[in-house]
Amino acid sequence: MTEVLIDNHIDVAKVRSDFPIFANNPGLHYLDSGASSQRPSMVLEAMENYYRFHHANVHRGVYRLAEEATELYESARERIGRFIGATHPGRETIFSKNSTEALNLVANSLGRGFLRQGDKVVITKMEHHANIVPWQMLAQYIGIQVEFIDVDDEGELIIDDLERIVDGAKVVSLTLTSNVLGTVTPFTGIAQVAKAAGAIVVGDASQFVPHRQIDVKSIGADLIAFTGHKMFGPTGIGVLWGRSELLDQMPPFLGGGDMISDVRLDGFVANELPYKFEAGTPPIAEAIGLGAAVDYMNSIGMDAIESHDREISRLAYEKVKGAFGDEIKIFGPSDPSKRSGCLSFELEGVHPHDVAQVLDQNLVNVRAGHHCAKPLMRHLGVAATARASFHIYNDEADVDALVDALKETRNFFI
Amino acid sequence: MQGLEDLYREIILDHYKNPRNSGTLEVPPAHQADGYNPLCGDEISIYVNYDGERITDIKNSGQGCSISRSSASLMTNAVKGKTIAEARETIKTFKRLLLLDEEGEKSEPVEIDLRKLGELAALQGVSKFPARIKCATLAWNTFTQIVDELDLQIDGAND
Ligand SMILES: Cc1ncc(COP(=O)(O)O)c(C=O)c1O
Repeated sequence: MTEVLIDNHIDVAKVRSDFPIFANNPGLHYLDSGASSQRPSMVLEAMENYYRFHHANVHRGVYRLAEEATELYESARERIGRFIGATHPGRETIFSKNSTEALNLVANSLGRGFLRQGDKVVITKMEHHANIVPWQMLAQYIGIQVEFIDVDDEGELIIDDLERIVDGAKVVSLTLTSNVLGTVTPFTGIAQVAKAAGAIVVGDASQFVPHRQIDVKSIGADLIAFTGHKMFGPTGIGVLWGRSELLDQMPPFLGGGDMISDVRLDGFVANELPYKFEAGTPPIAEAIGLGAAVDYMNSIGMDAIESHDREISRLAYEKVKGAFGDEIKIFGPSDPSKRSGCLSFELEGVHPHDVAQVLDQNLVNVRAGHHCAKPLMRHLGVAATARASFHIYNDEADVDALVDALKETRNFFI
Repeated sequence: MQGLEDLYREIILDHYKNPRNSGTLEVPPAHQADGYNPLCGDEISIYVNYDGERITDIKNSGQGCSISRSSASLMTNAVKGKTIAEARETIKTFKRLLLLDEEGEKSEPVEIDLRKLGELAALQGVSKFPARIKCATLAWNTFTQIVDELDLQIDGAND
């Protein structure tokens, strides 16, 4: 890896040279990191190195290779846990397949151990389906009530009435950053009110962790989910962090190997943390890959990553708004300093799919669709938006390419 | 790489900007079917008046991209006035045009007489853009629901 900072700013050209996808796709303007980021060589090498030199199943063997594999897997857990500020990184950092599985773990475990018919769970209208459907499933199976914090025209949560909304809630689960609006929610403030009301607080940090330093100790959450492939890690790996006192009380989700300390004909005893929540052979290479991704982010520094996010979010908002004015509707906060990660928009008179298609011809990759947030789409009154999302390998040239391609789109269709 | 002109032929843009047979019909007597594409949120409703022999009127309403909307417009034009058997034949030809078999699975190219297809031929380019095939087929699959329903009624009447 190369030195990627100049005066504490990210040197985008150098960052790009860490990501082979760019050398292999010349001219690419990859603006879909909100769906999945690209991977630096470091991550690919860590995974390949593991498979070539150290692979065996973890936690079971007494031979050298098995110990090496276990050591690499557990070391990745430790580093990821420390990266998010866990008090007990080795116990509180649970590997899952992705955010979706982590949130399903939470809903299922709380559903089995803590929730009863009629109990209130509060989420928001800007959640990804991953933080809606698992709760709706509990509503179907055990009759919990799901209630929603509303969203205003600026794409921010309406929390004037928060005490009333969370009153009596058993769980309050919300995103830290909207994957559609780019809104960074006032998570800690909401968490405080929710805790005071006695709720368990869950955070979906899928879009937050890739861009902002998180300190799980101080953010006010009991449980936090995020996903590896949006933060330079491989697919197939995600994380659930939880306060160990709470995790200790939560019943397991999936059953099978590794998650037990004893099994008899008449029952089982669950293993200790974190294994209690990791049934079966885990995604070992993927966990090691995510460990390397976190090392990569640390080597750049979360401060620099965050300033880059703020800078490019502002730039994208201002340049697109400046070029199209009222011809474009940008969703989410009009104050760029409140935005992170993405720019969702509707170009007047052109469907988002057509926008994405013309942009693709200009090697500008954006996503068009409902972004797995259909309730939010309905709230916004659209079926789909086009979304450009950014990461540390994007710079002003990508934003300019986006603006130019949007101009071409407009001329083509209108 | 395929050029944009392959996808967005002039006829397609024309049907997108000036949709034909757009609107609704009173149900009943009209038959209605709704379709939507869960991937992109496109929605469509198709309304058909059938006099026992022919499709006397057809309308569609909904929202979607240029491919999905123009395909609906082109389809309504193509099947209006047809018998059920003729409409089925048109559906089949349209699917072949997009290199799909009757089940909607990918198939080998089959020789088609493009002249007989009229404006529908404009949709041929969509086959080169796999991500957009679902947009083009939405209206047709929704219309097929009505055709199936009418077929059942005809079968029932013949019993
Ligand atoms: C806010 C948010 N939550 C959850 C998810 C789900 O992530 P995954 O598909 O990796 O489980 C995403 C990804 O699209 C997201 O943006």
